Parts: sequence; C-alpha cells; structure tokens
Amino acid sequence: MSAALKLDPRDRGGPAQPLLTVENLRKHFPVRGGLLNRQVATVQAVDDVSFLVKKGETLGIVGESGCGKSTTARLLMRLIEPDAGSVVFDGDPVAERHGITVTDMRRQMQMVFQDSYSSLNPRMTMAESVAYAPKMHGLGKKEAWERAESLLLRVGLNPKQYSRRYPHELSGGQRQRVNIARALALEPRMVILDEAVAALDKSVEAQVLNLLSDLKESLNLTYLFISHDLNVVEYMSDRVMVMYLGRVVETGPVESIYRHPRHPYTRALFASKPTLDPDRRTTEMPLTGDPPNPINPPSGCRFRTRCAFAQARCAQEVPVLSAPFAGDTDASHLVACIVPEAQAAMTHHA
Amino acid sequence: MSDITLEDRPAIAADPQPLPGAPAPGYWKSVTQRLVRDKTTMAVSLVLIGILVITLGAPLVTSYDPYQGSVLTRLKPIGTPGHWLGTDETGRDLWTRLCYGGRLSLLAAILPVTISLLVGGFLGVLAGYAGGTVGTLIMRTMDVFYAFPSILLAIAICGLLGNGLSNSIIALAVVFIPPMVRVSETVTTQARNLDFVEAARASGSTTMQIIRHHVLANVLGPILVYATSLISVSIILSAGLSFLGLGVTPPQAEWGLMLNSLRQAIYVQPYVAAMPGVMIFLTSMCFNLMSDGFRSAMDVRLNK
Repeated sequence: MSAALKLDPRDRGGPAQPLLTVENLRKHFPVRGGLLNRQVATVQAVDDVSFLVKKGETLGIVGESGCGKSTTARLLMRLIEPDAGSVVFDGDPVAERHGITVTDMRRQMQMVFQDSYSSLNPRMTMAESVAYAPKMHGLGKKEAWERAESLLLRVGLNPKQYSRRYPHELSGGQRQRVNIARALALEPRMVILDEAVAALDKSVEAQVLNLLSDLKESLNLTYLFISHDLNVVEYMSDRVMVMYLGRVVETGPVESIYRHPRHPYTRALFASKPTLDPDRRTTEMPLTGDPPNPINPPSGCRFRTRCAFAQARCAQEVPVLSAPFAGDTDASHLVACIVPEAQAAMTHHA
Repeated sequence: MSDITLEDRPAIAADPQPLPGAPAPGYWKSVTQRLVRDKTTMAVSLVLIGILVITLGAPLVTSYDPYQGSVLTRLKPIGTPGHWLGTDETGRDLWTRLCYGGRLSLLAAILPVTISLLVGGFLGVLAGYAGGTVGTLIMRTMDVFYAFPSILLAIAICGLLGNGLSNSIIALAVVFIPPMVRVSETVTTQARNLDFVEAARASGSTTMQIIRHHVLANVLGPILVYATSLISVSIILSAGLSFLGLGVTPPQAEWGLMLNSLRQAIYVQPYVAAMPGVMIFLTSMCFNLMSDGFRSAMDVRLNK
C-alpha cells in the first residue's frame, strides 16, 4: 500500500505537493470554575502540532487516550476553532485570506466518527442520512437519493434492503459502513477516520478495514487514520505519527517506526502491545502510571516524568522533532528527544 | 500484523446478517402502529374524544339552556326524570352545564399549554443549541420564575390582570413556560452533543439546516409528550383559578366555577356537587395516561 501518485483532476498543486500541511496547530481548553466562572487553568490538548499528509497516503496517528488525537481531528474539520496554527489544504490556506473557506474545505475533507450509533440521526433512514449532505449542497432530491443508493452499494449494503432502514435496525459494522458512505457522499479527497473501527469486533473490523483500503484505491482517497490499536495502524498506514500529551514525539514511515522505534515513549508503547508469541511475553510493565495531567504538563519534555532515561536538562529543553542518527534510518523518521542514549538503547521490537 | 487475519478477505458485498422481513415503515407510521396496539392509550383516547364530542356538540346531546334555571327544580338528585344528573343550586340541568362547561374548561387548559409550547419550546431549543451567554441568560431568567410555586404565581398574575378567561389563560401560559423551556433545553443539549450533529456540521450544513433536520426531529417528540402531560396539570390549575373566582365569571359554565358554586350544596346533594370534580379528574387523568402512551410509542428503541 504505497502512496499511489495517481493524477487527480481535483489536485491543485502537483502530486508532490502535500494534500494537507498543518503547522503549529494549538488548542488549549480553558478550565473554568471558582467565583464568577473565572478561568482557573488550561488543558493543553494540542500543543504546537505540525505534520503533513501527502496525496494518496495514509497517515496513522497513535497514542494513549487523552493525547490529543481526536482533538487534532476535530481541529482539522473546524468542529472546534484552533487557538493558533495554520492548515493548508492542497496549497490553499483554510479560513484565511486568499485561501479556501471552511465550507469548501469540508467538501473535500470528511470524517468518520467512532460511535457508529450516535453519529447517525435516529430519525433518518440510511439513504436519507447519506443523501443529506449532497442535498444541502444543492443536489436535486432524486440525484442525491441515487447517489446515496450507489454509495450504499459501494460499501457493501444492498440499497434495496437497507436504504429505508433506521440506525437501530442495523448492526454496528453495517452502521459504520453507512457512516463511511455518508463521508464519501460529497466526493471528498481526504477522509479522517477517528477510531472508526475501534468499536467493532475483530472480524467486522477486518471487513471494514478492507473496505477502506478498497475505497481508497478506487476513489483515490487520502486517509488520516486515528487509532490506539497499533496493529491496525501498522496495517493501514504509510506513515505514522506518535502523540503524547498533545505533542508529536515521533513521526516517520511505518516500517521504520515499527522496526526501529526511537522515542522512549514509542518503545514503551510498542512493548505494551500484546503478543501471541510465548517467547516474547511481556514480563515487566513498560509504562507505569497514568499520563500526567494535561492541565499542568511537565516542563520541557512532557514524557520525562515516566521516562527511564530522563536527565536534568529534559526539564529545561523542549525537544523538537529531528532526525535521530544521520544515515541510520529514513531521513523522514523524526524524533522529539534530546537524549541520544535513550534513542540508542534500543531493544529490537519486531 | 498478527491479530487480524487478512488472508481470507470476505467479499465486501456479502450481507453479514440475514434480513428480517420487509423494510421498516417510516417513523411516524410505526409510532401510530404502536399507539393503536396500546390498549390503555386507545381507551383513554376514546374517553377524551367522547368528552370532546359532548362539549363541542353540547346542543345536540342536551335540549336544556345552560343558563335557564327554575326555582322549582333546585338541587334535584341524580336520576331525576328529565334531569338524569340532577340540577344545581339555581335549578339548571347539571348534564347541560357539564357539557357546556367543558368548552371553557378545555379551552382554558389547552390554550396555555399551546402558547407555552410555542414560546417555551422556541426559547428552550434556542438556549440548548446556542448555549453560552444566550443559553445562560434564558435559563437564569426562567429560574427566577421557578422560584415561585406555580399556583401562587398564577394567582398573583391573575390578581394583577384582573379576573376573566383570557387573563387566566395568560397567567397559566406564563406559569408553564419555564418548565417547558427547561425540558426543551435539556433534550436539545443532549441532541446537539451527539455525533450526528457534529457530522452534519462537518458536512457543511448551516445552523438552521441542522436545527431543522437534526435537532428538531429528535427533540419534538419528548417536548410534545411533556406538553400533553402539562395539559392534565393545566386542567386542574385553571379549574382551581376559577374555583377561587379568578378565572371565568358567573353565570358562565366552567367546571371549576361549578364546583365552587355547588360547594354550598354538598350536604344536600353530595353526588351532584361532586360531578364537576369527576369531570376534572377524568379529563386530567386521561391526558396524563395518553401522554404516557405517547412517550412509550415514540421511543424508537422500544420498537418491536
């Protein structure tokens, strides 16, 4: 599943121009309380996150719950307003002068949510839900319905049987297929999959993952795949981004990261992955305790409080993403860690 | 990659589940089906229809004049030939008075609820969807009204505006608006936080489109159910107001007022004096049971 460099008439720049460039995205939620609803603290949900998504690739985002994966997705869709940072969609800055509007961006970028039930309107039939967005964008009633039926067919649901059904009459896997069909109804170029398969059981999960792969190929889609399941991310992604407490700690091609994880957090995360191999069973806890409170994150490197290699300077210096060792790995494999020993002391994972 | 077996890829077009029968009917159609199957709701609906028929068609079910009495026929007991429910303290036929009185009683009960449904529902959906400052402003204003007991508030407003039917309707509408706002605000807040509203926003729908297609459709059911249950309270409150002489003025027939004027005859003809109360009780209970029936019929998850 390499990044296919197919030419798409909707592309503005050439195939080498990233479809999505995110720079210094930041969202701090105020925590209010006390007398007169004063702001007493801030949750630093997403803090200076930068990354890019190439055309036709799948970027996987992994991390523990609460690390800012979903907030990043919602910021990209502008479901919440970012405090700072810029998002550039295929060369066009989003919601800026000389750029494209949020509505135009949303037409090209869609999202599939985790909860397949609550993301469908219980009063709408499947075809109505899928046809809704095209209708709101001015497509005729009949055309929208036809598009909905063809999309339902495309995601593996026979429209004769399913188009007039309500969400509670379908299974979780079927509902998630409808959600995928709805996300595709505006013919987007990019789809954000926010834990889209997390709530499904394993056999259904595999079906939906295969469906996503097929759709990506046939519709020339680009995915942002958010998940806490490392196996699923490995299967789906071309590149991976690891987040911890609102910051990116490591990013790079999937093989490089899975074979040579460099950041102590990434390594601990992979070590906590359950394995079926009895020779490699987990003998010690790779990570202890919960992540620190994002209301008051540690200074410097946010992982230092749980890191075995932490030094005094980790508290002072905020690590930036940089290549770990020249010539060692892929040049695009970047790590946010300032302690070389921490990156070198590597237990072979794969 | 060990957990997911990807070798045998299942055909995507395969249906993972067998299909149970024909496609489901539309939402309102299935609600109607469930209502028809519910025996209690059907029974109370029949009673309510009966009450509506005798009140609206009062001239057809009785030949007496509701205002014309006779000293000769004062306070006759139930079962008197010609006056099967007896007569009141000025000799007017009680059955006739009950039929005609129901008109004002029902009007004074249903109209305030309708007004509060429109005003309160609008404010509540607005407060719930907008949230923030607008929501806080609306909800805190409603809390001020909540501070007074409802019957006291109604009496105070009636006392301020003077008695009369329209003033009692205004008073009750004001009393019912705060709970209506509260209920619609709660259900709207719940609905707006669901993922499908987010998904609609993400698909580029405007706020008005989202409210119309996604919020209202999911919020109208619970609000209507609450409104029906308010009717039963409204009947009792409006009867209470006219019992206190704050609503309809004599000689007009109204159940609460009739109860008041027959009060003095309670030792002479206790059963006759109780009749307006029976009507109030019956109507109020029927509306209450009907609202229960609506509630369960509208719950999608109880389907089948």
